Amino acid sequence: MSAKITPMRSAAESALIDRFPAVKASLPGLASAREDAFAAFVAAGLPTRRNEAWKYTDLRAAMREAAPLAARPNDAEITVALKGPSPLARQGVVTLSFVNGHYVATAGTLPAGVSITPLAQALTDGHPLLGRIGALKLANGDLAMSLNTAFMTDGAIIHVAEGVTVDGPIALRFVTSGATAVATAARVLMVAEAGSQVMLVESHEGQGALAHQPNTAVEIIAGDKAVVSHVRLGLNSAGAVALSTLTADLGSETSLTSVNVALTGAVTRHQAFVRFSGGDARAQINGATLLSGTQHADSTLVVEHAAEPGGESRELFRTIIDDEASGVFQGKIIVQPHAQKTDGRMASNAVLLSENAAMYNKPELEIFADDVACAHGATCGALDDELLFYLMSRGISKAEAEALMIESFVGAAIDFIDHEPIRDILHGLVQDWLQARAARLNAGAPTVS
Amino acid sequence: MPAVQETIDQVKAIDVSEYKYGFITDVEMEKPAKGLTEDTVRYISARKNEPAWMLEWRLDAFRRWKTMTEPSWARVHYPEIDFQDIYYYAAPKMNGAPKSLDEVDPAILDAYKKLGIPLREQEILAGVEPQNRVAVDAVFDSVSVVTTFRAELAKAGVIFCSISDALQEHPELVRKYIGTVVPVTDNYYATLNSAVFTDGSFVYIPKGVRCPMELSTYFRINEKNTGQFERTLIIAEEGSYVSYLEGCTAPQRDENQLHAAVVELITMDDAEIKYSTVQNWYPGDANGKGGIYNFVTKRGDCRGKNSKISWTQVETGSAITWKYPSCILRGDGSRGEFYSIAVSNGMQQVDSGTKMIHLGKNTTSRIISKGISAGRSQNTYRGLVSAHRKATNARNFTNCDSLLIGNQCGAHTVPYIESKTSTATFEHEATTSKISEDQLFYCMQRGLSAEDATALIVNGFVKDVLQQLPMEFAVEAQKLISISLEGSVG
Repeated sequence: MSAKITPMRSAAESALIDRFPAVKASLPGLASAREDAFAAFVAAGLPTRRNEAWKYTDLRAAMREAAPLAARPNDAEITVALKGPSPLARQGVVTLSFVNGHYVATAGTLPAGVSITPLAQALTDGHPLLGRIGALKLANGDLAMSLNTAFMTDGAIIHVAEGVTVDGPIALRFVTSGATAVATAARVLMVAEAGSQVMLVESHEGQGALAHQPNTAVEIIAGDKAVVSHVRLGLNSAGAVALSTLTADLGSETSLTSVNVALTGAVTRHQAFVRFSGGDARAQINGATLLSGTQHADSTLVVEHAAEPGGESRELFRTIIDDEASGVFQGKIIVQPHAQKTDGRMASNAVLLSENAAMYNKPELEIFADDVACAHGATCGALDDELLFYLMSRGISKAEAEALMIESFVGAAIDFIDHEPIRDILHGLVQDWLQARAARLNAGAPTVS
Repeated sequence: MPAVQETIDQVKAIDVSEYKYGFITDVEMEKPAKGLTEDTVRYISARKNEPAWMLEWRLDAFRRWKTMTEPSWARVHYPEIDFQDIYYYAAPKMNGAPKSLDEVDPAILDAYKKLGIPLREQEILAGVEPQNRVAVDAVFDSVSVVTTFRAELAKAGVIFCSISDALQEHPELVRKYIGTVVPVTDNYYATLNSAVFTDGSFVYIPKGVRCPMELSTYFRINEKNTGQFERTLIIAEEGSYVSYLEGCTAPQRDENQLHAAVVELITMDDAEIKYSTVQNWYPGDANGKGGIYNFVTKRGDCRGKNSKISWTQVETGSAITWKYPSCILRGDGSRGEFYSIAVSNGMQQVDSGTKMIHLGKNTTSRIISKGISAGRSQNTYRGLVSAHRKATNARNFTNCDSLLIGNQCGAHTVPYIESKTSTATFEHEATTSKISEDQLFYCMQRGLSAEDATALIVNGFVKDVLQQLPMEFAVEAQKLISISLEGSVG
């Protein structure tokens, strides 16, 4: 009943608190921002179910131990980590690679009008955009973001000059690797100046089953009339407790498309905080999540319409849950009093494939303006029997019919990506997931249904 | 698009400054000293001549309550309540319980007359439509002053009386069921209510009986600085049916008054309870001064197979409303329904909704909620739909619409949808557009525009439900039904 109970510090909390002074001394730059963020963490602790924003993801319970902050990898470790091909980067795509949260290499040639500075270098040498990191406070005291700010080691500052149209995506490849579990804190700031057009793709890869603890944050600041496309792919290590945050500030008449595809990781949470600071902006925020085993994935979204005309936001989250996995969608659309003419539509649909799967939906609206249209819809249930029957009556096996339905269900969220090769890669990954499911079903174990 | 003019006018007609029931009745009252101690609890229990177990139950609740803190999660803001500055019991002075209406203070009868509540059975019988008879339990501050048609209901085996009378006449029934739906320690206000509840209604419908008339309770807060803590308990045995309506009003006063009720409903196999509320407590003035704090715990337990509980509420009053009528769908095949229209004006704050907890197999629930905020009010829908692992084939449909009039108010929707079984199908939506294409096509084919057709279908749906309400008490409720949600913001 009481909200004032301060739980005892967990082992992870104590470890983080003990670690901070030494880490702070060794990390360059933004000392006061780090300290403020850390103070916020000390005051609140790791979020539990008592914390409304984390109601369905008990981070304190999931993160029993705080993995040590990863040191800069040596050359041998880098070679091992980057051995395989990146799932999203293809020939000719500018790719920045990060191993355990540290920048290691850039492949490809930077297009004209784009500058990229590794964050560690920017923090040491100074950078004109450094002051904009976290300055807009879009995440509004969120704990994952506070921890990232306190511990950020490296990352990138990307600047796209006014009016520049960047051909092809800029890829960020984050790999967590090593013999023991590590924590990482990478931070990316991308400023897309007025009228520019750019696509940013991130892949988060973790090898093996270790319980790595990556915590990444990407901030996008889009100037007036900028067109930004963003894709995030979560392929964390099987045991990972992975946090990731996207913040986006939209100037007037900007357009943002962001698609998050979450596939692996024991406990993952991707959160997006999007603010419409200029009038008449447009955003499409999507999520496609496929879960099996005992995975838990959380998609949290806050969209704030803060300008007039309020612009248009569309959110589509599709979740497939198999075995004993659990999915979470928490979405909130806020319409400020002056953000008239806002048009917001949020939908979360989940399909539960197994009897013991669980889905938690919390689609919230907070509206202070009277001339707006906001809608939210949330559904969850099994695959539609009638559709299944229709397909099977045409000679398609049950397994195939299910696969077709699942593919089209999550595909709807992926199809908003304009860039065809990337879209195809993501569809391919969904098919891989379906094949793994088919293999599990054929083996007769360990599914529960 | 913004609200249409017609809606704006209709909402204005029930604005806080138009409150019609703000008069004060001057009667001599009996009340103990202000404040809340164990002695207050003992006083209330003694005053009602309660059995010893009831006093123990109350004292236990009081001790628990002292260890609890007020909940702060709702989207409502108010200054801290001084629980020692409230009268916990206030009853009109009478020499013993009134044996007939003639013994009741004429001033009180006059008050009910002004409110339009028929208390004299013969007057009601003389009415034009005898089939529309309604039995009334009239609660004035802390006590029930009269319950009509008791004798006639008794012929059908129905027990309808105040909970104080029930504790005298049927203590075994009260003891068996009280606190089994809303446990003593359920929440801060329910626990407070368990300690100091004064009156309310008790209804028992025996097996196989369809209650021959509508039952209703009319709650009136009259005395200054008093809190009203009512407790209502309705039990519908196997195969029975009852429809129950409650109405609430209070005088216009500058200070806030607390109303913390607990309502428990229990349905056995195949039974049905229809519970309707027309809540019109004094909402405070246009600047938010005065008004009732309505902190209410209402819960129904569908214990039996194929039983049904339906909540219908029309909420226009109260400075603050904090109320979530819920259904625990325990019996296989049971059904819960929640229909709500909440209109907030002035500085009112509404945080209301429902919980549908699916535990049994093949349980179904439906939630239709309309919130309209005007002035500087805040209107929140907060709801939970959950399916337990064993609740196979559970189904829920939720539709909540909100409408804002002006840009100084707010509308909020906080639904929680938790599904732990793949066979459950939950749908939640908050638009007026997602109605049946077939119906829309049918209407449009007959020459209606898409908007008119949508309004017709959405309003028609809710009207269907609300028009079943015994509406003789609340003219404004009928006005509300006609309010169109054109311009709904979602």
